[in-house]
This record gives sequence, structure tokens and C-alpha cells, in this order.
Amino acid sequence: MARSRFIKDTGLTVRMTTVMFLLGGLFVGLVVSLMFWADSPGLSVLIGVAGIGMAFWQWWSSDKLAMKAMRAREVSPQEAPELHDMIDRLCALADMPKPRVGIADMATPNAFATGRSPDRSVVCVTTGILQMLTAEELEGVLAHELSHVAHRDVLVMTLAASAGIAAGLLMRAVQFGAMGRSRNNRTLPALLVALLVSAVVYAVSFLLLRLLSRYRELCADRSGAFLTMKPAALASALQKISGGAATIPQEDLRANPAASALCIVPAIRGMSMAGLFATHPPLEERLAQLARVQTELSRPAG
Amino acid sequence: MGLWEILSARSKPKRNNLDALFLVPSAAITLQTAAGFVPTGSGSVCYRSASGAAFSQTQDEVVALIHDDCDAPEVSLTQDAFGFTWLVVSGDAADTSALCTDLHAVNTTLELQGFESGLLCSVVPFANAGGQRFGLVYLYKRGTFYAFAPTGDHQRDNLVELSMRDLLSPELPMEPDLQRWLALWDAPGL
Repeated sequence: MARSRFIKDTGLTVRMTTVMFLLGGLFVGLVVSLMFWADSPGLSVLIGVAGIGMAFWQWWSSDKLAMKAMRAREVSPQEAPELHDMIDRLCALADMPKPRVGIADMATPNAFATGRSPDRSVVCVTTGILQMLTAEELEGVLAHELSHVAHRDVLVMTLAASAGIAAGLLMRAVQFGAMGRSRNNRTLPALLVALLVSAVVYAVSFLLLRLLSRYRELCADRSGAFLTMKPAALASALQKISGGAATIPQEDLRANPAASALCIVPAIRGMSMAGLFATHPPLEERLAQLARVQTELSRPAG
Repeated sequence: MGLWEILSARSKPKRNNLDALFLVPSAAITLQTAAGFVPTGSGSVCYRSASGAAFSQTQDEVVALIHDDCDAPEVSLTQDAFGFTWLVVSGDAADTSALCTDLHAVNTTLELQGFESGLLCSVVPFANAGGQRFGLVYLYKRGTFYAFAPTGDHQRDNLVELSMRDLLSPELPMEPDLQRWLALWDAPGL
């Protein structure tokens, strides 16, 4: 009987799909409640369609938009042979079509992947990350980005954003409506309700979207680590990139009395505002997951 | 990729029908009669070693398994520049089926221990009297074959590769997508 070394992470899957359903429900709820409150159901359908349309356009042109925003250029296998060879092998290992490869001339260490489908996607790295990481660590980062491509994260995230986009459009429409018809006292309360509803939907979808983004990052870490079979390489890359090498101290803290005085009480944990708004999970959470992958990979044959 | 795999952002590792490796001995006869290429007697499996004790234990078992074979072919392990391990089996050049059985055993053992996601490919090199060489590559994740003919530093002989595809396609499942014909520059035996 063949065994599997996949970590079972039902909790993450359940939390992530719940967030996705909530975001979908939010979108439907916004359009349906508009239909009841507003006099013209046509307008609410229009706003819903416009929201999806804008998300669709963002998704469709995502590779060009992101490359332009990062001032990245596509490189050929002759220009960057090592990078191309590395991606070639990872794609053969993951059984996926090879994406285009881009390099952005930027000192900040970063990497991203976008594109409307695995056949039309771009993986881009900055020159900063090429200088900072070893080949093994770079491979871990590329595997993380390829997992985003394989699981169509751009599509998932932009579709998930359509509730927020529709609510944003509604807010604009209400502002124009309020200016145009400010003398008509009868419609004013209805406009205020619409403004309130769209603002609440916008805020809630913003928070849910950030939560979803953090879950997708954890999933990409996990798939990337299973792809390269070297969770430790990705872990050290993450530590280098986030400048958080100090999270787990490399030297004996007793050597530094000033620091040890501070470390008697651990830093306050739990929900913080910065944590709610972050698009990426905290480093400790990512390292903890990679450690679990490592344990599963090295569990002796039974 | 299914909808659930996209939503849950995790995909199941692929397992392929390794029996295609047993078609190589008859393809070798075709290659000898029609193109003058004969097997060099060695063959290799390329995979990614996982960190940790479990993998080295499995790898030791594989090497011991091949050593215990009655023909006792030579087994060696090499690392390449991309962090992949090549397990090279060198035996009798005339006995391609024994070689393919060994390669099959390596693939199956790694699969059984849950390391199938690390398997990249298996290569059987061929050479002709003129000294030209190519490797018949079995891509584990695709379950298909292609020919890789390097001719020096980062150059490959595409005409040989394409003619081998046309010659072998009645016998072996050949990879139709040319984008997947991975270049394996420092493959042992090529």
C-alpha cells in the first residue's frame, strides 16, 4: 500500500472555503438588497454586472498590469539561463506549462506571479532577490510562486474582490445621485441607507479579502515546500526576505543582558489591527507550517 | 485541474503508469535496426531527495535492492547543479530489459514510500557508431517519452530528437507537447 506524505490540513481548507463562500454571499446580498430598496432593479443588476466586469478585466489583463506596475521586463532563456533552467525543472516536477519569466530591476527582495491562466502567466523576480538568496532558497521562492499559478490564485482573488468593487461603484453612484437630487427630500433617506450599506459591504469584503489572501499564501507555502521537498530552504528564504532573522534568535540571549530583560514577558500575541489588514500571514505561522511539512517528509518508513 | 483543487489550493500528487518503461527493450531493437543506435548499458533515475531521515533510509533500501540483483549491476549516486539526485545503474549493455526492471524498481520503491512528487524522469542513453548520443527520457509526471540529444554546451540536436519521436511513436507514448521536452544538460551517461 502506497503511503502519502501530504499533511492533513482540514482546518485551513475549511476556513478558506468558508471565507470564499462569505465573500460570494456578500456580493449576492448586496445586489439583492439593492433590488428591494432601490426603485429601479435594473440599476442594481447593472452595478452587479459592472462589479464582475471590472474584476474580469483586472483578471484578464493581470499579467500586463502587474509587469508594468513593477517595471519588469520579460527575459529570454539566453539572457537568464540559470533562472530559466530552474523554472524548467520545477515545471516538469509539478507537471505544469512553463510560465514566462520576468526580472524587475529593483533593490527590494520580492517575487510575484500573475496571469489569467497557467498557460498565460508570468513569474517575476526582482534583482534584489536574485542577489540576496542562494540558489536553493530562490528555488523555494519560485516553487511558492508556481503554486500560485497552478492553483489560479489570481482568478480566485479577483473574483473574490468583485463584492468590494460593486460596493465601491455603488458608493460613487450614490454620491452622484445625492448631489443631483439633493433638493428632493423623499429620496434622501433611501440614498443614505444605500450609502451605509455599501460602506459596510466594502469594509467587510476588504477584511475578508485580506483573510483569504493570507490563507492562499499559506497554501502556496505548503505546495511549494512539497514541490521542492526542501521546506527548510523556503523557510530561510522567508526569514531573509522579511528581514526577520531575529524572530528565532541565532545567538544566546543571555549574552545580552539588556535584551534578556525585555524577553521575560513574551510579546503580546493575538488579534491586532496590523494582523487584520496584512495580506501575508505572520512569519511564525508560515515557519510553523513549514516545520510540519518537514516532519511529515522525514517520518521514517513504517 | 478540478474546481475543488483550485478552491482548496492543493493538488494531489500524480502517479503514473510505470509499465511504459517495459516497452523500452523492444524500442531499443527498433532503434538498433532502423537508426543504428544501441543502448550504452547504463540508465538513470532523476529525483529530488527530500531532507530528513526517511528519504535516506528509502534510498539506501533502493541501492541495496539493486545490488542484491543476480547480475549485480553497479549503482552510483550523483548530485547535479539543480539539487537533483541521479541514481545511475550500469550493467550489461546487451540486457536492456534487466536495466529497465531496475529503473522500474527504483521508481516504484520511491513511490511506495510517498516520495512520488519528487520523481522527475528516468533516462536510458543510446549511442551510435559515429559517437552521437541521445537519451530516451521518460517523464514521470506525464508518463511519456522524448529524446534528448545534447551536442555540447547548451546546444541540442533537434533533428535527431524529432526523428526519434517519429521512429518510436508507434511503440512508445511520445510526448506531443514540445515545450515539455526538458533539457537535461549534465545528465550522466550523455
